[in-house]
Amino acid sequence: MENIEARVKKIVAEQLGVNEAEVKIDSSFVDDLGADSLDTVELVMALEEEFECEIPDEEAEKITTVQQAVDYVTAHLNK
Amino acid sequence: MSLQGKVALVTGASRGIGAAIADTLAAAGAKVIGTATSESGAAAIGERLAQWGGVGMVLNVGEDGAIDALVDTISKEYGDVAILVNNAGITRDGLLMRMKDEDWDAIMDTNLKSVFKASKAVMRGMMKARWGRIINIASVVGAMGNAGQANYAAAKAGIMGFTKSMAREVGSRGITVNCVAPGFIDTDMTRALPEAQREALVQQIALGRLGAAQDIADAVDFLASDRAAYVTGQTLHVNGGMLMP
Repeated sequence: MENIEARVKKIVAEQLGVNEAEVKIDSSFVDDLGADSLDTVELVMALEEEFECEIPDEEAEKITTVQQAVDYVTAHLNK
Repeated sequence: MSLQGKVALVTGASRGIGAAIADTLAAAGAKVIGTATSESGAAAIGERLAQWGGVGMVLNVGEDGAIDALVDTISKEYGDVAILVNNAGITRDGLLMRMKDEDWDAIMDTNLKSVFKASKAVMRGMMKARWGRIINIASVVGAMGNAGQANYAAAKAGIMGFTKSMAREVGSRGITVNCVAPGFIDTDMTRALPEAQREALVQQIALGRLGAAQDIADAVDFLASDRAAYVTGQTLHVNGGMLMP
């Protein structure tokens, strides 16, 4: 679980070009980390690759915070 | 050899403008995948491009899932598509009052929806690479209209609007999206016109002659290269001065 959180935070930091220390569990990609809509699409692409899963568009739209990304990955990796 | 190492997908590469584009990009060093709607067409493209290491593949742009599957295959075998030339197109000419819904739909699917689908399919690879070129073959008809081609003109004008929106969406990722709008080019498509109509058309061209497929291919070659890195969202008119928008 912590491992997933750390991996998600690392990807978020890389994709959005922010310092990893700035990425908190409750950070919103757009409001807190300065992402634009295309950044969030790319972020989902990066998550898909890191965790080798496919995130459907309807689900991807709901992932707007680090917590939501961690939750999604956790739920779907357990399957 | 400015396109060395780049994977280029050219739709509708059997003949005419598409064939010239595929050959020119291949000669410039790109790994070109040219598509045709039939196996025999794809094989012929493969033979033509073999000298540069290019290949021919079957693609019917109107078929559901066909573009995604092709782009997937290309990515696995050759790498992500870096240059996409949306060239495949058909005509179903006729006066509006006699134009059937099927004539309209066929043109929209093959000439416009395919541009959307192919562009979407290659976008992931281009975004990751932070480099990409999408070059859509429009038409002078999309800018000036033409009696008997309401469907074709609408699709081609649609491509221009699509191009501008795409250019704004993905410009920050180093991807440029442009159109080349051919005028009256000497191809099978225009050879089908009656002689009188051809002559009347030539009268409208400042340079007084038809264009060659190579004229279009050269414009595409430019837009695909790093020389055109600062050109995006544009329609490059290659029409001998037939229209000066």
